[in-house]
Amino acid sequence: MTSELAERVALVTGGGKGIGAAISRALSGMGATVHVNYRSDSAAAEQVAHEIGGRAVRCDVSDGTAVEAMIKAIGRVDILVNNAGAVRDKLLLRMTEADWNDIIATDLTAAFHTTKATLAGGMLRNRWGRIVNMSSVVGITGNPGQANYAAAKAGLIGFTKAIAKEVGSRGITVNAVAPGYVRTELTGKSLTDEMVAELVRFTPLQREGTPEDVAAAVAFLCSPGAGFITAHTLVVDGGLSV
Amino acid sequence: MSKQLDFKELQQLAAEILGVDATNVQLDKSFAKDLAADSLDLVELIAAVEDKYDVELSEERLETMKKIGDLWTFIEEEHSRKQAV
Repeated sequence: MTSELAERVALVTGGGKGIGAAISRALSGMGATVHVNYRSDSAAAEQVAHEIGGRAVRCDVSDGTAVEAMIKAIGRVDILVNNAGAVRDKLLLRMTEADWNDIIATDLTAAFHTTKATLAGGMLRNRWGRIVNMSSVVGITGNPGQANYAAAKAGLIGFTKAIAKEVGSRGITVNAVAPGYVRTELTGKSLTDEMVAELVRFTPLQREGTPEDVAAAVAFLCSPGAGFITAHTLVVDGGLSV
Repeated sequence: MSKQLDFKELQQLAAEILGVDATNVQLDKSFAKDLAADSLDLVELIAAVEDKYDVELSEERLETMKKIGDLWTFIEEEHSRKQAV
Protein backbone atom coordinates (compact mmCIF):
# COMPACT_ATOMS: atom_id res chain seq x y z
CA MET A 1 0.00 0.00 0.00
CA THR A 2 1.40 3.37 -1.02
CA SER A 3 -0.05 6.86 -0.98
CA GLU A 4 1.05 8.00 -4.43
CA LEU A 5 -2.57 8.57 -5.42
CA ALA A 6 -3.92 9.76 -2.07
CA GLU A 7 -6.70 12.34 -2.55
CA ARG A 8 -7.22 11.11 -6.13
CA VAL A 9 -10.59 9.83 -7.25
CA ALA A 10 -10.66 7.00 -9.78
CA LEU A 11 -13.40 5.52 -11.91
CA VAL A 12 -12.86 2.07 -13.38
CA THR A 13 -15.53 1.06 -15.87
CA GLY A 14 -16.31 -2.63 -15.67
CA GLY A 15 -14.26 -2.52 -12.49
CA GLY A 16 -15.96 -5.38 -10.66
CA LYS A 17 -14.64 -8.33 -12.61
CA GLY A 18 -11.58 -9.76 -14.33
CA ILE A 19 -8.91 -7.26 -15.32
CA GLY A 20 -11.13 -4.39 -14.14
CA ALA A 21 -11.27 -5.78 -10.60
CA ALA A 22 -7.47 -6.11 -10.54
CA ILE A 23 -7.19 -2.48 -11.70
CA SER A 24 -9.64 -1.32 -9.00
CA ARG A 25 -7.53 -3.10 -6.37
CA ALA A 26 -4.23 -1.76 -7.73
CA LEU A 27 -5.40 1.87 -7.78
CA SER A 28 -6.84 1.52 -4.31
CA GLY A 29 -3.53 0.07 -3.20
CA MET A 30 -1.90 3.32 -4.31
CA GLY A 31 -4.27 5.34 -2.14
CA ALA A 32 -6.94 6.38 -4.65
CA THR A 33 -10.63 6.37 -3.84
CA VAL A 34 -12.05 3.99 -6.43
CA HIS A 35 -15.50 3.98 -7.99
CA VAL A 36 -16.17 0.51 -9.32
CA ASN A 37 -18.54 0.79 -12.26
CA TYR A 38 -20.65 -2.16 -13.41
CA ARG A 39 -23.56 -2.78 -15.73
CA SER A 40 -25.21 -5.94 -14.47
CA ASP A 41 -23.18 -7.92 -11.93
CA SER A 42 -23.81 -5.86 -8.80
CA ALA A 43 -22.65 -8.64 -6.45
CA ALA A 44 -19.15 -8.75 -7.95
CA ALA A 45 -18.80 -4.95 -8.02
CA GLU A 46 -20.13 -4.56 -4.48
CA GLN A 47 -17.69 -7.17 -3.25
CA VAL A 48 -14.67 -5.48 -4.86
CA ALA A 49 -15.85 -2.05 -3.66
CA HIS A 50 -16.31 -3.38 -0.13
CA GLU A 51 -12.90 -5.02 -0.13
CA ILE A 52 -11.09 -1.83 -1.17
CA GLY A 53 -13.25 0.71 0.63
CA GLY A 54 -14.56 2.09 -2.64
CA ARG A 55 -18.03 2.51 -4.11
CA ALA A 56 -19.89 0.39 -6.64
CA VAL A 57 -21.63 2.50 -9.30
CA ARG A 58 -24.17 1.05 -11.67
CA CYS A 59 -24.22 2.48 -15.21
CA ASP A 60 -24.39 1.19 -18.76
CA VAL A 61 -21.45 3.19 -20.13
CA SER A 62 -22.63 2.82 -23.72
CA ASP A 63 -25.50 5.17 -22.77
CA GLY A 64 -24.28 8.77 -22.95
CA THR A 65 -27.05 10.27 -20.82
CA ALA A 66 -26.53 7.68 -18.10
CA VAL A 67 -22.77 8.34 -18.17
CA GLU A 68 -23.29 12.09 -17.69
CA ALA A 69 -25.50 11.40 -14.69
CA MET A 70 -22.93 9.00 -13.21
CA ILE A 71 -20.06 11.49 -13.56
CA LYS A 72 -22.19 14.24 -12.05
CA ALA A 73 -23.05 11.98 -9.10
CA ILE A 74 -19.39 11.09 -8.48
CA GLY A 75 -18.51 14.78 -8.62
CA ARG A 76 -14.86 14.65 -9.58
CA VAL A 77 -12.83 12.06 -11.44
CA ASP A 78 -9.03 12.37 -11.56
CA ILE A 79 -8.30 8.94 -12.99
CA LEU A 80 -10.50 7.33 -15.61
CA VAL A 81 -9.89 3.76 -16.71
CA ASN A 82 -12.02 2.78 -19.70
CA ASN A 83 -12.02 -0.93 -19.13
CA ALA A 84 -15.62 -2.09 -19.69
CA GLY A 85 -15.78 -4.40 -22.64
CA ALA A 86 -17.54 -7.29 -24.26
CA VAL A 87 -16.89 -9.80 -26.99
CA ARG A 88 -19.14 -11.49 -29.52
CA ASP A 89 -16.80 -13.61 -31.58
CA LYS A 90 -17.93 -14.79 -35.01
CA LEU A 91 -16.39 -15.00 -38.42
CA LEU A 92 -17.38 -11.96 -40.46
CA LEU A 93 -19.74 -13.89 -42.73
CA ARG A 94 -21.73 -14.94 -39.67
CA MET A 95 -21.53 -11.56 -37.94
CA THR A 96 -24.74 -9.55 -37.91
CA GLU A 97 -24.95 -5.78 -37.91
CA ALA A 98 -26.17 -6.00 -34.32
CA ASP A 99 -23.08 -8.05 -33.34
CA TRP A 100 -20.97 -5.30 -34.88
CA ASN A 101 -22.87 -2.31 -33.46
CA ASP A 102 -23.21 -3.69 -29.93
CA ILE A 103 -19.49 -4.37 -29.58
CA ILE A 104 -18.52 -0.99 -31.05
CA ALA A 105 -20.96 0.68 -28.62
CA THR A 106 -19.67 -1.16 -25.54
CA ASP A 107 -15.97 -1.25 -26.36
CA LEU A 108 -15.43 2.04 -28.21
CA THR A 109 -18.34 4.48 -27.96
CA ALA A 110 -18.46 3.99 -24.18
CA ALA A 111 -14.97 5.51 -23.93
CA PHE A 112 -16.18 8.50 -25.96
CA HIS A 113 -19.02 9.06 -23.47
CA THR A 114 -17.00 8.60 -20.28
CA THR A 115 -13.99 10.60 -21.48
CA LYS A 116 -16.10 13.51 -22.68
CA ALA A 117 -18.16 13.64 -19.48
CA THR A 118 -15.06 13.34 -17.28
CA LEU A 119 -13.16 16.09 -19.07
CA ALA A 120 -16.16 18.42 -19.03
CA GLY A 121 -17.00 17.44 -15.46
CA GLY A 122 -13.86 19.03 -14.04
CA MET A 123 -10.74 17.18 -15.17
CA LEU A 124 -9.84 19.93 -17.66
CA ARG A 125 -10.27 22.59 -15.03
CA ASN A 126 -8.29 20.68 -12.43
CA ARG A 127 -5.26 20.64 -14.72
CA TRP A 128 -4.41 17.08 -13.74
CA GLY A 129 -5.71 13.77 -14.94
CA ARG A 130 -4.96 10.26 -16.04
CA ILE A 131 -6.99 8.45 -18.66
CA VAL A 132 -6.18 4.86 -19.52
CA ASN A 133 -8.03 3.06 -22.29
CA MET A 134 -7.98 -0.71 -22.25
CA SER A 135 -7.18 -1.79 -25.79
CA SER A 136 -5.94 -5.25 -26.74
CA VAL A 137 -3.14 -6.77 -28.79
CA VAL A 138 -5.96 -7.93 -31.03
CA GLY A 139 -6.45 -4.25 -31.93
CA ILE A 140 -2.86 -4.23 -33.21
CA THR A 141 -2.47 -7.68 -34.70
CA GLY A 142 -6.06 -8.60 -35.61
CA ASN A 143 -7.59 -11.99 -34.92
CA PRO A 144 -9.97 -14.12 -36.97
CA GLY A 145 -13.46 -14.18 -35.50
CA GLN A 146 -13.00 -10.84 -33.77
CA ALA A 147 -13.53 -8.21 -36.49
CA ASN A 148 -15.88 -6.20 -34.27
CA TYR A 149 -13.69 -6.43 -31.16
CA ALA A 150 -10.43 -5.80 -33.08
CA ALA A 151 -11.94 -2.75 -34.81
CA ALA A 152 -13.14 -1.32 -31.49
CA LYS A 153 -9.81 -1.97 -29.77
CA ALA A 154 -7.85 -0.46 -32.68
CA GLY A 155 -10.25 2.48 -32.55
CA LEU A 156 -9.36 3.03 -28.90
CA ILE A 157 -5.70 3.43 -29.84
CA GLY A 158 -6.52 6.20 -32.34
CA PHE A 159 -8.90 7.77 -29.82
CA THR A 160 -6.15 7.68 -27.19
CA LYS A 161 -3.71 9.53 -29.44
CA ALA A 162 -6.23 12.18 -30.51
CA ILE A 163 -7.38 12.97 -26.97
CA ALA A 164 -3.79 12.96 -25.69
CA LYS A 165 -3.10 15.78 -28.15
CA GLU A 166 -6.30 17.65 -27.27
CA VAL A 167 -5.77 17.73 -23.53
CA GLY A 168 -2.00 17.51 -23.09
CA SER A 169 -1.80 21.23 -22.32
CA ARG A 170 -3.96 20.61 -19.26
CA GLY A 171 -1.63 18.18 -17.51
CA ILE A 172 -3.76 15.21 -18.48
CA THR A 173 -2.14 12.08 -19.88
CA VAL A 174 -4.05 9.65 -22.08
CA ASN A 175 -2.63 6.20 -22.73
CA ALA A 176 -3.75 2.77 -23.81
CA VAL A 177 -2.86 -0.62 -22.42
CA ALA A 178 -3.02 -3.57 -24.78
CA PRO A 179 -3.14 -6.88 -22.93
CA GLY A 180 -2.46 -10.18 -24.63
CA TYR A 181 -4.49 -13.26 -23.82
CA VAL A 182 -5.58 -13.22 -20.19
CA ARG A 183 -8.05 -15.77 -18.87
CA THR A 184 -11.07 -14.06 -17.30
CA GLU A 185 -14.82 -14.52 -17.45
CA LEU A 186 -14.76 -12.59 -20.75
CA THR A 187 -12.22 -14.80 -22.49
CA GLY A 188 -12.90 -18.02 -20.59
CA LYS A 189 -15.38 -19.29 -23.14
CA SER A 190 -13.07 -18.81 -26.12
CA LEU A 191 -9.72 -19.80 -24.58
CA THR A 192 -9.35 -23.53 -23.93
CA ASP A 193 -6.54 -25.09 -21.88
CA GLU A 194 -4.99 -26.44 -25.08
CA MET A 195 -5.03 -23.00 -26.70
CA VAL A 196 -3.47 -21.40 -23.63
CA ALA A 197 -0.70 -24.05 -23.58
CA GLU A 198 -0.01 -23.36 -27.23
CA LEU A 199 0.07 -19.58 -26.64
CA VAL A 200 2.45 -20.01 -23.69
CA ARG A 201 4.78 -22.01 -25.94
CA PHE A 202 5.14 -19.00 -28.24
CA THR A 203 5.35 -16.44 -25.43
CA PRO A 204 8.94 -15.35 -24.68
CA LEU A 205 8.14 -15.11 -20.96
CA GLN A 206 6.76 -18.69 -21.07
CA ARG A 207 3.70 -18.19 -18.91
CA GLU A 208 0.13 -16.97 -19.01
CA GLY A 209 -0.66 -13.33 -18.31
CA THR A 210 -2.76 -12.50 -15.27
CA PRO A 211 -5.18 -9.64 -14.53
CA GLU A 212 -2.58 -8.40 -12.01
CA ASP A 213 0.08 -8.14 -14.75
CA VAL A 214 -2.24 -5.85 -16.69
CA ALA A 215 -3.34 -3.88 -13.64
CA ALA A 216 0.29 -3.15 -12.75
CA ALA A 217 0.77 -1.48 -16.15
CA VAL A 218 -2.37 0.61 -15.68
CA ALA A 219 -1.28 1.56 -12.17
CA PHE A 220 2.09 2.70 -13.50
CA LEU A 221 0.48 4.90 -16.16
CA CYS A 222 -1.73 6.47 -13.45
CA SER A 223 1.19 7.11 -11.12
CA PRO A 224 2.79 10.55 -10.70
CA GLY A 225 6.00 9.10 -12.15
CA ALA A 226 4.34 8.50 -15.52
CA GLY A 227 3.58 12.20 -15.93
CA PHE A 228 5.60 12.56 -19.14
CA ILE A 229 4.11 9.55 -20.90
CA THR A 230 1.10 10.21 -23.10
CA ALA A 231 -0.47 8.92 -26.33
CA HIS A 232 1.33 5.62 -25.75
CA THR A 233 0.06 2.08 -26.10
CA LEU A 234 1.68 -0.22 -23.58
CA VAL A 235 1.54 -3.85 -24.67
CA VAL A 236 1.34 -6.37 -21.82
CA ASP A 237 1.55 -9.78 -23.43
CA GLY A 238 4.79 -11.42 -22.31
CA GLY A 239 6.25 -10.64 -25.72
CA LEU A 240 3.81 -12.84 -27.66
CA SER A 241 2.85 -10.34 -30.35
CA VAL A 242 6.41 -9.43 -31.33
CA MET B 1 -37.39 33.18 -17.16
CA SER B 2 -37.72 36.77 -16.07
CA LYS B 3 -34.36 37.15 -14.43
CA GLN B 4 -32.26 40.02 -15.76
CA LEU B 5 -28.95 39.12 -17.31
CA ASP B 6 -25.94 40.25 -15.34
CA PHE B 7 -22.69 40.73 -17.25
CA LYS B 8 -20.79 40.28 -13.98
CA GLU B 9 -21.82 36.63 -13.93
CA LEU B 10 -20.21 36.05 -17.31
CA GLN B 11 -17.14 37.97 -16.18
CA GLN B 12 -16.78 35.68 -13.19
CA LEU B 13 -17.37 32.52 -15.18
CA ALA B 14 -14.86 33.53 -17.87
CA ALA B 15 -12.32 34.64 -15.28
CA GLU B 16 -12.56 31.30 -13.50
CA ILE B 17 -12.29 29.17 -16.63
CA LEU B 18 -9.71 31.24 -18.50
CA GLY B 19 -7.66 31.95 -15.39
CA VAL B 20 -7.70 35.72 -15.87
CA ASP B 21 -8.75 38.66 -13.74
CA ALA B 22 -12.50 39.35 -13.98
CA THR B 23 -11.84 43.03 -14.70
CA ASN B 24 -10.03 42.00 -17.89
CA VAL B 25 -13.16 40.27 -19.17
CA GLN B 26 -14.70 43.08 -21.23
CA LEU B 27 -16.86 43.11 -24.35
CA ASP B 28 -14.05 44.23 -26.65
CA LYS B 29 -11.51 41.69 -25.39
CA SER B 30 -10.41 39.04 -27.87
CA PHE B 31 -10.32 35.47 -26.53
CA ALA B 32 -7.08 34.64 -28.28
CA LYS B 33 -5.18 37.94 -28.23
CA ASP B 34 -6.24 39.61 -25.00
CA LEU B 35 -7.20 36.68 -22.81
CA ALA B 36 -4.68 34.13 -24.13
CA ALA B 37 -7.43 31.55 -24.50
CA ASP B 38 -6.72 28.58 -26.75
CA SER B 39 -9.40 26.59 -28.58
CA LEU B 40 -9.85 24.25 -25.62
CA ASP B 41 -10.34 27.18 -23.22
CA LEU B 42 -13.00 28.54 -25.53
CA VAL B 43 -14.97 25.28 -25.82
CA GLU B 44 -14.72 24.87 -22.05
CA LEU B 45 -16.12 28.35 -21.50
CA ILE B 46 -18.88 27.76 -24.02
CA ALA B 47 -19.78 24.45 -22.37
CA ALA B 48 -20.05 26.29 -19.05
CA VAL B 49 -22.19 29.03 -20.63
CA GLU B 50 -24.46 26.41 -22.21
CA ASP B 51 -24.91 24.78 -18.80
CA LYS B 52 -25.44 27.98 -16.89
CA TYR B 53 -27.90 29.62 -19.28
CA ASP B 54 -29.44 26.41 -20.62
CA VAL B 55 -28.66 27.34 -24.21
CA GLU B 56 -26.98 25.60 -27.11
CA LEU B 57 -24.40 27.14 -29.41
CA SER B 58 -24.33 25.79 -32.95
CA GLU B 59 -21.10 24.81 -34.68
CA GLU B 60 -21.58 27.67 -37.19
CA ARG B 61 -22.02 30.21 -34.44
CA LEU B 62 -18.97 28.83 -32.61
CA GLU B 63 -16.85 29.92 -35.57
CA THR B 64 -17.92 33.53 -35.02
CA MET B 65 -16.86 33.66 -31.37
CA LYS B 66 -13.85 35.96 -31.37
CA LYS B 67 -14.50 38.34 -28.50
CA ILE B 68 -16.29 38.33 -25.16
CA GLY B 69 -18.82 40.64 -26.84
CA ASP B 70 -19.71 37.92 -29.38
CA LEU B 71 -20.50 35.52 -26.56
CA TRP B 72 -22.45 38.12 -24.62
CA THR B 73 -24.52 39.03 -27.70
CA PHE B 74 -25.36 35.35 -28.14
CA ILE B 75 -26.43 35.05 -24.49
CA GLU B 76 -28.59 38.19 -24.78
CA GLU B 77 -30.25 36.97 -27.97
CA GLU B 78 -31.08 33.61 -26.44
CA HIS B 79 -32.35 35.34 -23.30
CA SER B 80 -34.73 37.63 -25.17
CA ARG B 81 -35.86 34.74 -27.38
CA LYS B 82 -36.83 32.81 -24.26
CA GLN B 83 -38.53 35.87 -22.74
CA ALA B 84 -40.64 36.24 -25.86
CA VAL B 85 -41.93 32.65 -25.67
